Amino acid sequence: MSDCRRQWNREDELPVYLAGPINTGPNQKKSYGMFSSVEGAFESKTIDFDNYAVGRKGSRTPRSGSRERVLDAGDPMGKTSSEAREGSLTNSTGETDDAHPGVESERLLIKGGRVVNDDQSLYADVYIEDGLIKQVGENLVVPGGIKVIEANGRMVIPGGIDVNTCLMKHYLGTQPADDFLQGTKAALAGGTTMIIDHVTPAPGESLLEAFECWQEAADKKACCDYSLHVDIPQWNEIVKDELELLVQEKGINSFQVYMAYKDVYQMSDSQLYEAFSFLKQLGAVVLVHAENGDLIAQEQRKILGMGITGPEGHPLSRPEELEAEAVFRAITLGNRVNCPVYITKVMSKSAADTIAQARRKGSVVFGEPITASLVTDGSHYWSRNWAKAAAYVTSPPLSPDPTTPDHLNTLLACGDLQVVGSAHCAYSTSQKAIGKDDFTLIPEGTNGVEERMGFVWDKAVAMGKMDENQFVAVTSTNAAKIFNLYPRKGRIAVGSDADIVIWDPYSVKTITAKLQQSASEYNIFEGLECRGGPALVLSQGRVVYEEGKLQAQQGTGRFIPRKHFPDYAYQRVKFRNQVNRQQGVTRGLYDGPVYDVVPTPKYITPAPSAKTSPISHQPPPIRNLHQSNFSLSGAQLDDNIPRRSGHRIVAPPGGRSNITSLG
Amino acid sequence: MARGLQSHLPLLFLSSLSSSLARPRSVQTSEMSERRSSPEDDCSSLLSRLGSDSPRPRMKYGGMFCSVEGAFENKTLNFESFSPQTQRRRAAGNRTDGRDAGQAPAFPSGHAREIYGKRQGDRLIIKGGKIVNDDQSFYADIYVEDGSIKQVGENLMVPAGVRTLDAYGQLVIPGGVDANTNLLAPQRGLTPPGGFFMGSRAALGGGTTTIMEHVLVEPGTSLLAALDQWKETAEQTACCDFSFHLDITRWHEGLNEELETLVRDHGVNSFLFFMSYKDKYQSSDSQLYEAFGVLRDLGAIAQVHAENGDIIDEEQKKLLSLGITGPEGHVLSHPEEVETEAVYRAITIAKQANCPLYVTKVMSKSAADVIAKARKKGMLVYGEPITAGLATDGSHYWSKDWATAAAFVMSPPLNPDPSTPQYLTSLLACGDLQVTSSAHASFSTAQKAVGKDDFTLIPEGTNGIGERMSVVWDRAVCTGKMDENEFVAVTSTNAAKLFNIYPRKGRIAVGSDADIVIWNPKETQTVSAKTHNLSVEVNILEGLEFRGVASVVISGGRVVLEDGKLNVNEGSGRFIPRKAFPDAVYKRIRARSKMAEARGVPRGSYDGPVHDVISMTKSVPPTPTTRGPPCPKTQMNLRNLHQSGFTLAGTQIDDHIPRRSAQRIVAPPGGRSNITSLS
Repeated sequence: MSDCRRQWNREDELPVYLAGPINTGPNQKKSYGMFSSVEGAFESKTIDFDNYAVGRKGSRTPRSGSRERVLDAGDPMGKTSSEAREGSLTNSTGETDDAHPGVESERLLIKGGRVVNDDQSLYADVYIEDGLIKQVGENLVVPGGIKVIEANGRMVIPGGIDVNTCLMKHYLGTQPADDFLQGTKAALAGGTTMIIDHVTPAPGESLLEAFECWQEAADKKACCDYSLHVDIPQWNEIVKDELELLVQEKGINSFQVYMAYKDVYQMSDSQLYEAFSFLKQLGAVVLVHAENGDLIAQEQRKILGMGITGPEGHPLSRPEELEAEAVFRAITLGNRVNCPVYITKVMSKSAADTIAQARRKGSVVFGEPITASLVTDGSHYWSRNWAKAAAYVTSPPLSPDPTTPDHLNTLLACGDLQVVGSAHCAYSTSQKAIGKDDFTLIPEGTNGVEERMGFVWDKAVAMGKMDENQFVAVTSTNAAKIFNLYPRKGRIAVGSDADIVIWDPYSVKTITAKLQQSASEYNIFEGLECRGGPALVLSQGRVVYEEGKLQAQQGTGRFIPRKHFPDYAYQRVKFRNQVNRQQGVTRGLYDGPVYDVVPTPKYITPAPSAKTSPISHQPPPIRNLHQSNFSLSGAQLDDNIPRRSGHRIVAPPGGRSNITSLG
Repeated sequence: MARGLQSHLPLLFLSSLSSSLARPRSVQTSEMSERRSSPEDDCSSLLSRLGSDSPRPRMKYGGMFCSVEGAFENKTLNFESFSPQTQRRRAAGNRTDGRDAGQAPAFPSGHAREIYGKRQGDRLIIKGGKIVNDDQSFYADIYVEDGSIKQVGENLMVPAGVRTLDAYGQLVIPGGVDANTNLLAPQRGLTPPGGFFMGSRAALGGGTTTIMEHVLVEPGTSLLAALDQWKETAEQTACCDFSFHLDITRWHEGLNEELETLVRDHGVNSFLFFMSYKDKYQSSDSQLYEAFGVLRDLGAIAQVHAENGDIIDEEQKKLLSLGITGPEGHVLSHPEEVETEAVYRAITIAKQANCPLYVTKVMSKSAADVIAKARKKGMLVYGEPITAGLATDGSHYWSKDWATAAAFVMSPPLNPDPSTPQYLTSLLACGDLQVTSSAHASFSTAQKAVGKDDFTLIPEGTNGIGERMSVVWDRAVCTGKMDENEFVAVTSTNAAKLFNIYPRKGRIAVGSDADIVIWNPKETQTVSAKTHNLSVEVNILEGLEFRGVASVVISGGRVVLEDGKLNVNEGSGRFIPRKAFPDAVYKRIRARSKMAEARGVPRGSYDGPVHDVISMTKSVPPTPTTRGPPCPKTQMNLRNLHQSGFTLAGTQIDDHIPRRSAQRIVAPPGGRSNITSLS
């Protein structure tokens, strides 16, 4: 073993031919079931872990190393192209490295734990150095004097990845109570070692500027590694250029589009189609906020009109069907464009079922239930306590159907849903109270980043729905694969980042706002008991949480860039592109008679013209001319314009003296 | 005039009649009081008693539109009471009636009057046939007089000299109701050749005696005017009874009044909206929701052409840029999913609006599945497969012969999956789909050739009006998927119930219109453009053989098809007005709107701290520095700004709203002198 370790540095210099063995590892998968174990995975793991390190450059910049890894995993067919791309990538690698000084040089050995990955569990020790996993196996040869953590047979799992947080989402000028500091602290306390936050630019704002703003804030404050999704508030040409830049140079490979929030973020189907097509070319994952905004707007108007202004108006105006419909539409669009679609925040049974069915038909679609939807239901919207009811307001809303959490957990366990996010966006009660007289003004968002891992364990594993490997998959590995972080994140293997959690399945904790890391004063899981929780959390090889004590260090979080064309999402898409070429029929020219369209407007065509009414033989162009003719007057043209008549009443021809009522 | 007659009526008949009349429909009482008095009704009630007992009501077993218990008594009803605004038309009919000719006042009915004069002559007895309604079959004779069925039963007492039709060994079924035809609607300036006359003639030839035509209202045109034009044309040329759906191509609030007029006074109770044809006819989700809400209140049925126009538009652009210009581009640009998605969306919208939905032209398996699933969840949605979809598939789009390929072009397109027709037939048989229609819109090859270099220009539509009944018989009944009663249901009765012309149409019963088909299940026919009754030179079902043929067709009491010969009168068709709130649909809607009341939670007002938005909006821009988002998110305040009782100085919130401020500019507080520019 020690030999191996010594060789390792040398091997670094020879990445190309040695990359082969590693490369084939993940891709030869003959998977039965969705995330089933890899055949032969065991050998590659135990036989020679050092192989995994081959891709790493000698310089210990974790960034460039991980890029290599991602590349290797990400391109099954074209190694050559991946090498070609490598050059362009290395430019951007250096910049964020200095963001995490003092992380390195901690050496740790986790002894006697059961290493649980998404495909298998095995008893092994894990040796960590410089924020990376250097060895996994038994009887490791390690330097003396290092810190040893006794796992005592507890599970050693990859740190969680929370793919959906909104820690800086402005609402009417207010920021969520949890910023990057509070939010990442909460994440770490819950066993999550990486978050992917949503950059939410306002309509009209530059995506690039917003991204930089977010990155700056996060670099200063975040205590765990992070990456960013960018939300696209509007679709136009400028956005396209920015997207290209973000993908090519900034390491962003996922963008969110909205089907809701009419007149603000909502895109029409045409725009969605264009956006999907464009993002597909870029190799990005399309995140969709799926709700039918048109109908929501109508329902909100109706419900406010009925005098319902409290938080119960929120679920009433956003019924489950509207979510399911939008999910269905998004999937249809994705199928047409042949583009992977990722549905954020799956909150209802019918939406989840829609996703499951689409997957069964072969669509490349991923569904993300969130902590709140897996644990609680929407009955609380009807709480007598306004503050409590408002705390649950999120979009899509929690479904009032009490069987929803159970159903979603089941689908999560069987692989129909893939990733658990938290959609953590915690606003204080006073912020929520902005909408105390109008539910549409309540800022949307619930907490959940801290409770996410625990509740998945409690609701799925402890209930026997899911095993520990699937637990790792849905809380960490699948997210890493979809967003192209794998195997740097989401796996305990040699060469991966040392984001490790020692999980205690038997700890029981009662959730309460008093003990949470989050700064919000209300926790929607208040009083719930949760089995399972982290006993110890390592982030970048540093112990940041141990036995209830958090030792997070502000600003240690690194931005993790993600490459485009994640294999997990795009491999199938690439093949389908080749298969689904549409072809025309080669046929001789049609040489029969062609109806002459031009003269028809001039003269009414055939025989029975005199007898029949003019309309039957008049093509639209002439009908438009006649239309003012046959009907009453020239006012017809005005009739085309809805609500015009209303205006006219307001301002009668004679004029009015009292004009103020117009406003 | 009518009231005057009433006093002369024999009290005996009146009392029995009025009791049966007064029971069911409360809405129409005023109109009924007028109609009840016509001497014709009087007669029918007398005669009906003789025959009405003979058919033994069979107990229903399940099925969707199974018969109502006690339906047989109701059959003696005066069916005019089911239709609004019939007084005049029917009165005109009575006037020209032979017996009452003397009393007829000089009403300027003109053209129509002659027609009625012609059509009233026949007195018929149909003997020895097996009468098939949607709920039961039985052997009985039918006596027809004055265009309606007067007696049903065995050993009827009929006047001498009545013409006898022999139906031994054949089925006697209610004439077909084709719920979707486009005989007049022009596309891109091209009018379907043949118009109403040829179309309705072909319908009669195939056993369809009532057609429901779509009135395409071009954007910006008045609905009423369009209806009037269509109606005028149809009255002059149609040879079978007809009714109208209105296709609304641009929805706006201003249509409310017109819709109300149409439903109340013009006998239109169904309106079609397009979810495709982007930038032309397409309605947005919001518009659909609003429109559905209005239709629900009016008691009308919402129909949708369900395809996602946005996606189609993009796909069309893509295909044309790939150089695909032939008819195969049509099916490639209208993939099945696009239809399915729109059906799903339409159902969702209808569910939200609590409005019954009728999906026209269900062409694919997945779209049909969506409807079936929605029905299982209790939604009021009806699906209509069409002749072409039941008989053939979309493989012909790839035909090497351009003209053949183009003949199949319609939207949604025929599905390339060859198992689709069978699947749709199965769903039709089990009641998941309810109505068959033809969506007949035939264009000549020369007209189709307008799109010879660009498939998006090919006028859309296929034939099918004449073949519809045979196709259903051959594909569903002969294959053992459905029985003869269900056949009647899907070709006639269900449509009549949905669109509220039942039991005037769609049933063989005393008092119903004498639209009767003698159906010969043993005969076969081969479809060919040479022999069909249309003026176009192609038939998409060319060469297919279908078992089941209409051997005799009676429309309005006149024999129009006999011995393979059509004998029709142009202009003999009548407009069939339809009343709002069809029972088959709206009973449930009514109950649901009562249930669906949402209630708020009564809670004390929130008295905790409220985040100060004003100070935040002011202070935020500096905080995340100049690089950060300059204007904070105005996420949701656009939606309900005026609703917010939120006390903190409305001006600040208003600042986020572009529209509001614009309005203020229009009418500044100081007032303006020049007011005309406002409009």
